[in-house]
Amino acid sequence: MGPEPAVARHREGAAHEAHHEELGFLWKYVFSTDHKTIGIQYAITGLLFLLFGFGLMMLMRWQLAYPQSALPWLGALLGEARMPGGTMLPEFYNELGAMHGTIMVFLGVVPLGVGGFGNFVLPLQIGAPDMAFPRINMASYWSYFAGGVVMLGSFFVPGGAAQSGWTSYAPLSVIAGTGQTWWLIGMVFLITSSLLGSINFIVTTIQLRAPGLSYFRLPFFVWAQLVTSFLLLLAFPPLEGAAFLQLMDRIANTSFFLPSGLVVSGQVLGATGGGNPLLWQHLFWFLAHPEVYVLILPALGIVAEVVANNSRRPLFGYRPMVYSVIFVGFMSFIVWAHHMFITGMGTTMATFFQTTTMIISIPSVVILTALIVSLWGGSIRYNTPMLFALGFLPMFGIGGLTGLPLGLTASDIHLHDTYYVIGHFHYVVAPGSLFALFAGIYYWFPKATGRAMSELLGKIHFWGSLVFMNVIFLPFLLIGLAGVSRRLYDGGASYAHAQHVLPWNEVSSIGAWCLALFQIPFIVNFFWSVFRGRRVSENPWEATTLEWAAPSPPPHGNFLRLPEAHRGPYEYSVPGAARDYLPQWEPSGA
Amino acid sequence: MEIPYTVAVRPDTGLNNGKIAIWLFLASEVMLFGSLFASYIMLRVGAETWPAGATYLNIPLATLNTVVLISSSVTMVLAWASLVKGSFGRFRVFMAITILCGLVFLVVKYFEYSAKFHHGYLPSTNTFLAIYFTLTGLHGLHVVGGMAVNAWLWGPGSAMWKVDPLHFTNRVENAGLFWHLVDLVWIFLFPVLYLL
Repeated sequence: MGPEPAVARHREGAAHEAHHEELGFLWKYVFSTDHKTIGIQYAITGLLFLLFGFGLMMLMRWQLAYPQSALPWLGALLGEARMPGGTMLPEFYNELGAMHGTIMVFLGVVPLGVGGFGNFVLPLQIGAPDMAFPRINMASYWSYFAGGVVMLGSFFVPGGAAQSGWTSYAPLSVIAGTGQTWWLIGMVFLITSSLLGSINFIVTTIQLRAPGLSYFRLPFFVWAQLVTSFLLLLAFPPLEGAAFLQLMDRIANTSFFLPSGLVVSGQVLGATGGGNPLLWQHLFWFLAHPEVYVLILPALGIVAEVVANNSRRPLFGYRPMVYSVIFVGFMSFIVWAHHMFITGMGTTMATFFQTTTMIISIPSVVILTALIVSLWGGSIRYNTPMLFALGFLPMFGIGGLTGLPLGLTASDIHLHDTYYVIGHFHYVVAPGSLFALFAGIYYWFPKATGRAMSELLGKIHFWGSLVFMNVIFLPFLLIGLAGVSRRLYDGGASYAHAQHVLPWNEVSSIGAWCLALFQIPFIVNFFWSVFRGRRVSENPWEATTLEWAAPSPPPHGNFLRLPEAHRGPYEYSVPGAARDYLPQWEPSGA
Repeated sequence: MEIPYTVAVRPDTGLNNGKIAIWLFLASEVMLFGSLFASYIMLRVGAETWPAGATYLNIPLATLNTVVLISSSVTMVLAWASLVKGSFGRFRVFMAITILCGLVFLVVKYFEYSAKFHHGYLPSTNTFLAIYFTLTGLHGLHVVGGMAVNAWLWGPGSAMWKVDPLHFTNRVENAGLFWHLVDLVWIFLFPVLYLL
């Protein structure tokens, strides 16, 4: 059980690939149909969008920490239309807010978690040569890419990008400028992309499992991706429908979301009216609540893999975890209106959605508890992926627990649309999902490249991120409890009752900039390790699941010979076995 | 590298990849049109007045279109059944009729639309016409999409029949499933918009 052999093995894989098919650079790396290349394309594009979205947020943090003060040099660079004299205009602040949310959710975390890890890891973990539909897979990536280009392009149209929040609530979004139309068209591309991807994932999981790999021998990560795919498949189309309706409102002057007699800037709007602004909210949240689980389930899947591997013991309660994740998937379709408690939709509706919301927290807690208990009595290895996974557990716990008061109608009245909400879901998604995604990058990097990432830089990245994530987001909870609205351009300076919490704005902003500094070790580590990282064997973590049976990096077609699954996914520390792990693909134990 | 079960059936699931994929796609389509039908209900329930379909719409023309579309579903099945029986010639005939029916549907729809525009009935006139144009427009796009797939299978795509007849038959079957969904959506649209 010593450390993994650092000696580079003879890498059959790379040599194998070279004479497999003669493809030009363009077809091999750009228009590739190989799930691994597509997964890496998704991951890198997603990481770039995360960085870009983070940049938008850092600009906002300047305005929130120092309202109306000129931003040195960068302010001038952004031009007179956005930041005259370096001072941010409210319209530009709204653009940043709407696009930060949109980019982080739809172009960053989901493409990385589902498109990136799902594509790269899922076929390998089930012992498949590729996805079931490689060309549809490529179309999925390029549709995502087109959606990203449209979203980025919207910054340059007259009036700038969408300004109505990532939720695009009507009627504000219907009467907004051109950027909103681009937002809707961008969303149609992104929805098409996730539709193509989700069909592919489901078919692949059902049809291309290796011999012997029954459903209850699937790694938890595969289960999480499977449920996620169903959410994408069934929850996204209603948003597509809603996007069509809003496009009609904006382009064909219909009034699906415009009520009668709407007054804008003191003038009655010349629309026919008779529409329903709440209809948009229903359609939007029918997607966007399952979307929350699309953000978190792949993350839970990654953490389960990393925790089992690095605590060297089987997951505690694998089957209950699987049942829980399926139950979460079902329930996530009937909790959406807990985002709408104060819209006046009525107490009967609110009570129903409050109840379902409390019910859905149960399986989520089951999964989190199972992951924590899995650590009990393990021989924990504190490597970088494990640190990120261990960081994920309490951070996601805070995110989940702070959500409970929002799910109860009475306490939500006070907290609705305040910074508390921002604090809550950022704890779920930033030190939650993102930490899990980082864990996944450090964990599967050796599989993708044949080289390990630096542990030292990884640990600097982890500890810096853990500290500053909390420096950013803990103040949000305090500011929100004081009642500061999430959408204020001045960060609450105009609120007489909130003056005592305003200094936290600056703390949070400084935390954000420090967090950015601590991402530099990651970026350096990533690129340095691709070319100069320590070469490792195909199973450096001594893991049990099928992806580690393939060469690193796996050739086109993945496996040198078809793997077969002989046991469950987490056979660690089996009593009487010679080693502390029994890989799924090895015929006999001990 | 071969992807398993593109044509052959996986023994334990009893299905090939394409069959599962098309059903999943249809499920997402049901959610798409379902959300729009739900929107229709919410808008209508919230409206003070709601015109009867006949006020604006031409019921005889829509009845004709319903018959045309249902017939095309029948010929679509016959096209697939011909391939199962090994008769490529009959497939070409039935598929051609299916495509022509789609074309007739669109031409009738064109006359309906232009009559509306001629009378000044636009999506912006009222919420009934707004949802009418949105739903039938989106459905029309699906008809165009289905016709494009069918036309490809009738023409260049049919070269596969000589090389891999079973694979080709499966493709026609899956295209047929989509065509039936397009038909089914119309069967809901017709009473909801024109009759109720």
